[in-house]
Parts: sequence; C-alpha cells; structure tokens
Amino acid sequence: MKALVAMSGGVDSSVAAALMLEAGFEVIGVTLKQWVGPDGEMPTAGCCTVADAEDARRVAAQLDVPYYVLDYVDEFTRAVVEPFGDDYLAGRTPNPCIECNRKVRFSALFDRMEALGTDVLVTGHHARVRRDETGWHLLRAVDGNKDQSYVLHMLGQVELSRIRFPIGEMTKTEVRERAAALGLRTAAKPDSQDLCFVKSDYRSFLEAALPETARPGTVVATDGTVLGSHQGTTGFTIGQRKGLGIALGEPRYVVEVRPASAEVVVGTHDELLVDGCMVSGVTFVAGQPPAAGRVEVKVRYRSKPSPATIEGDPDDRGGWRVTFLRKIPAPAPGQSAVFYDGEEVLGGGIIDDVFRTDG
Amino acid sequence: MIYLDNAATTPMRPEASAAMQPYLGDRFGNPSGIHAVSRRAKDAIEEARERIAAALGAAHPLEIVFTGGGTDADNLAVVGSALASGGGVVTTAVEHDAVLESARFVERLGHPVTIVGVDGDGRVDPAAIVAVVGDDTAVVSVMSANNETGVIQPGREVADALAAAAPGVLFHTDAVQAFASLPVTVEATGADMISVSAHKIGGPQGVGCLYVRDGVELEPVIHGGGQELGRRSGTHNVAGIVGFAAAVEAAVADRGRFRSVVGSARDRFESELASRVKVDVTGADTERLVSHAHLRFPGVRSETLLIRLDQAGIAAAAGAACHSGAQLTSHVMEAMGVPPDQGAEAVRFSFGWNDVTATAGAAATVVADVVETLQ
Repeated sequence: MKALVAMSGGVDSSVAAALMLEAGFEVIGVTLKQWVGPDGEMPTAGCCTVADAEDARRVAAQLDVPYYVLDYVDEFTRAVVEPFGDDYLAGRTPNPCIECNRKVRFSALFDRMEALGTDVLVTGHHARVRRDETGWHLLRAVDGNKDQSYVLHMLGQVELSRIRFPIGEMTKTEVRERAAALGLRTAAKPDSQDLCFVKSDYRSFLEAALPETARPGTVVATDGTVLGSHQGTTGFTIGQRKGLGIALGEPRYVVEVRPASAEVVVGTHDELLVDGCMVSGVTFVAGQPPAAGRVEVKVRYRSKPSPATIEGDPDDRGGWRVTFLRKIPAPAPGQSAVFYDGEEVLGGGIIDDVFRTDG
Repeated sequence: MIYLDNAATTPMRPEASAAMQPYLGDRFGNPSGIHAVSRRAKDAIEEARERIAAALGAAHPLEIVFTGGGTDADNLAVVGSALASGGGVVTTAVEHDAVLESARFVERLGHPVTIVGVDGDGRVDPAAIVAVVGDDTAVVSVMSANNETGVIQPGREVADALAAAAPGVLFHTDAVQAFASLPVTVEATGADMISVSAHKIGGPQGVGCLYVRDGVELEPVIHGGGQELGRRSGTHNVAGIVGFAAAVEAAVADRGRFRSVVGSARDRFESELASRVKVDVTGADTERLVSHAHLRFPGVRSETLLIRLDQAGIAAAAGAACHSGAQLTSHVMEAMGVPPDQGAEAVRFSFGWNDVTATAGAAATVVADVVETLQ
C-alpha cells in the first residue's frame, strides 16, 4: 500500500509520515505551494513558508521517502485569496483555511493521490476517523486543545474512506515526544498561527490588496446615534469589543458591519445576542442530515459548541436554519457553523446571516 | 535510474574528474601568490585557459574569463557591457533567466531594454533584432540553442546582420546548452562574447567562462581582488577550472560521435513513444539540438508525469523549476504562444554524453507505460 502524505513542514505531519512508514506503507511526501509573494517565491513568514517546505523536504530525506512540491498557486489565488477580499468588502469575516480545504487542498490532494498511484491520503490533522456498520465517522481528536475536526467538516464518506489522520489518537505532547524520539528536526518547532498569504496582520494585507476597504465611516449605536468614526469597515468583526474608538460606560460590541454605508453598528452585550443563524453550502459527513434535528454547533474554531436545532430551509437550496437553545453572542457571517453530536462531526456550512426572534 | 536530465546537469566525464583529483588534494593553492604552491595553481589555470581558448578558437588566452558558471558569465556579458558603455540591451523572450533577469536589472538602472518575440518554434527573426537595435544599444544577446526546447537560434545570421547594420553593437551568445553538440567557436558564432558552463558538458558544477573578444570593454559585476584582469574577482576555483578544461577538450573531441549516437538515441526514443502514445514534439520541424526531446503528452500534466517517472526510475524535467521545487509556467512556452494548459504538459528529456541507444529504448518503454495510465 502507498500513502500520499501532505507535509507542511510542521511536527504533526512529520510524525504522520513516520507513523505511516512504521505501519508498512510506501510513503510519498508532498507540500502544496499555494501562495507566492510578488517575487514569485513562497512567503518567508506566516505559515506555508519556503522554510516550512524546506523543513518538510529535510524530514522526508531523513525518512528516506520521495518528496515533491506541487504548484497550486493559481487555484489558491482564485478560490481563496480573491474571495477573501470580496468577503471583507461584503462585511463578512471569511475563514480562508476552511475555504482552502473546501475548494483547493483536499480536491488537489485526492486528485494527486490517484494520479500518483497511491492508495490513501494522509495529513497531520488532529482528528479521528472511525468506521462501523453505518459508515465512516469523523471524530474529534483525542487532544481536545488541538482538535481540528472543525476545519474538516466538509469531508464526506468517499473522502473519509481514503484518508488517514495518524496523530488523531495522540496528544500534542505525545506527538512531540515521538518526533524527538525519531530525531525529527521539527520536534520542537512552534505551531504555525498565521495565514499563509498574510504576513502578520490581515488588515494591512487587505489595505494593500484592496485599497477601497480603507474607506472611513461612522460608528453608530443600534438606534442610529453616531458615536464616532473609523478608518474602514474591514477593521471590524462582529462580536469585537476592543479597538472601537469610543468610550461609553458599559462594554460595547460590534453587532453589525454595513460596508455599503461604511457603518459599524455597536451595541450592548444583550444586543449582540442572537437566536440563530442561516447557514449555506451545508454538507453532511454521512451524506444526509441526522435523523434528529438536535445538534451542537460550533460557530468559531475556538468556540464551545452550543446546543441547537437545525432544519433545512424550504426557501433555500441547501440553506439551513440553526436555532440555538439559548441565545449566543452573534457569530460572524463568513465563518463556518459546524454541527456535532458529542465527539462526532455531522457536517457544516458557512454562516450567511443571523436572526433574532424577539426583536 | 535512467538519467534523462542532462540539460540540467551532466555526470562528470572521467577525464574531468581525473584531472581534478590532484587539485582536490596536494595541489591546493591560491593562484594569486608569489610562492611555489601558488605558482603551481597559477600554472594550472593558465594552462586550462589556453586549452579552452584553443577549443573556442579565441585569438588569445586572455580572451577567456573564468566565472562561477553560465549565469555568472551571462551577467558579466549583459550587465558588464551595458554598464561599460551606458547603453541598452536587446535580447529575445526565450533566453535563460540569467540573461533576461540581467536585462531587467540594467533596465531598472535606467538603460533601454528591448525583448524581441519569437515564432511558434521559438526562433527569433534576425531582421526583428536589427530593427530594434539603435544608437543606444550596447549589446545584443541571443542564445545559441534553447535550454528547454533545444531549438537552435539563427545566431550566425544575427551576428552577420548586426555586423552589417550596427557594427558598434556587441553580440553575446549563451552557448551553455549548445556546446556539447554544436561547433561553438568564435568563428562559427560570430560573437563578441560567448558563455560556456562546465557542468553541462561533463565538467564540474560552479565553473564556466565568458569568451570576451579583445578590445571589448566590460564593467565588472563581481568586485574584489581584481582576478581575471579585474573582470571577475574572487579566488579561482582551481580544481573546477582544471576539470572544466578537460571536459571542454573531451566534449569537443566527442562532438561527432555525440551528434550521431546521442542523436539516434533521442530519435529512437521519440519514435518509439509516438508509436505507443499521443505525443507532440516541440520544434520537430526546425533545427534543434540532438540532446533534447521536448515533448507534450496531451491530457497529462507534467508535474504528475514527472513524479510518476521519478517513481518509475526515470529522471526528467519540465521547463523551469523554481528553487522550492514547484513547477512554474515556462516563459519559453509563453513566448512561443503555447496556451498555459498545454505549457503545463511540457516535459523535457535530455540526453548526455554517456547515454546509449539501448537506454533510450528502455526509457521509451517506461515513459509510454506511465503515460498510458495517465492519458
């Protein structure tokens, strides 16, 4: 059996490659080159840098497996970077890593898995796959702090049948210990945080890529009272509390961003709360919605899941209405809503809008 | 592993590695010194200079400037002549990046630069070159043969047209790919400057030379201790230069055999492939180097094919590779008017001095097997 291992140059995928070798697979390592700077080279800071690719190459050499860099710059730019700017211009808060997984990364890797004559795709994600008589299941990682199942919700039955997450059963500490025991150069490498195409601050990226986002406007209260001014709506995300440039007695949060009129609406914590959200582009891991409408929903990578009911919206093709059992602070449109049943990922989609039932 | 990437680098000829051995051991020494150890090293590089000058038909050994390779030589020729005269550069859209980036560099410094297009086979029209040469042109640079496709440029015609229309303008040719199989001499090329690289002809990496016709003024690009009459500073790579000279002589002596034996191996490779799979040969109807088979297998992305071939034990290449290893769209394909999706299907198999016809047959079988599964 042959395994195509997506190697990022981090410790997780390094250990994933080593574990596949130990399991008796022939391994081919690949890194997707997704983003280049104006000089045509891979970035030097953030994630997916040229140094990361070099780490991946060195680990592959140490493991004595072939390693290739595959060029997906055009696809990534088209499917992720350009919509990233458009989303901000529309007042949304996109999650480019999920868009990359949905539109570029997995389709590219599964295509290559077949074209290169390999049998399974392997990544260093912290998540688990289980199979039983009802099919394939996507589960949270053993290490709850590092769980990445949120960004994998778009995987379906066919994908899960061909993918392996060898480190999903390990804690991050165990992964690092294993890397150290194997003498891998990435054993102590810090986890990457930044977006690959944004060096440190996505706002300066947007200002450079889309100067029109730097359009000054007003900060207003929910009743329309002007409270202050701002230098561009892209500097604001729903739920944001800091950096509003206004001083009032009690905490204020961004409750709405209106790019068309360059208005940022702020309100109290109560005004931030919503009853639910509309979610589009929904896919289910099982290929069909769960029988019971009761699920838990994560609306951000780092948020706790909130109990909710989900129902297919009759007015929308594929749109789903998520009603939380208790109000939650408004999630930002553009982020993903991922449905869980305990440990298991059921599916998810992208938040289009929020709703409040009592006002 | 069947090695068909000789346009990238070649295995060393035994004459070259044997000649180098003493200089990697006892015969160390910096040629710039007064003592016996230095003199011995100095003798070695000057003898190498004489032999390379003879092979190129130079009028004097000091017309040979040793460099750190082909890119180094191209930079010195293009940047050096533009800076020396304050003039501009005329070149073609299919040059190696060493020439194109050098031209862009002097353009950023304010010199006029014109990049002339090519036809569908990648050949430049000499009349199109002459038409854009002006009073402010310092140098015209046209490669002898293309590194990706192997297509041979009408370099001599360019030289003659220039001599007639603009005798004050220098003519440089990058002969890095052509040297192994074509009679690259001052006489044959009609050039004022010729770039040659050792590792493309069975010599070591990291060494090359620029032939510079006596009287041509060059501003140095690498500044330092004034070696090579100030034209290229830096301590000499003595072992490399000695190996380079041995490789040059061996390659020149081997050219006749190379053209017939390597050429028929390449032809057999192409015809056996064509008998089994769909394949387009770049420059099939024009003059090209016998070493190059630049092919396109419709429907097969080169990146996938190259990885599959690597797995199957065949070393080949696509057009340009950036240093992270990912494939880029080739500027050569673009200049030839090849659509991007077809350019992404181009693969280069390049044969070298030690390939035999039997290897070509075995390689064709493996390549056809892999392409059949992908096409």
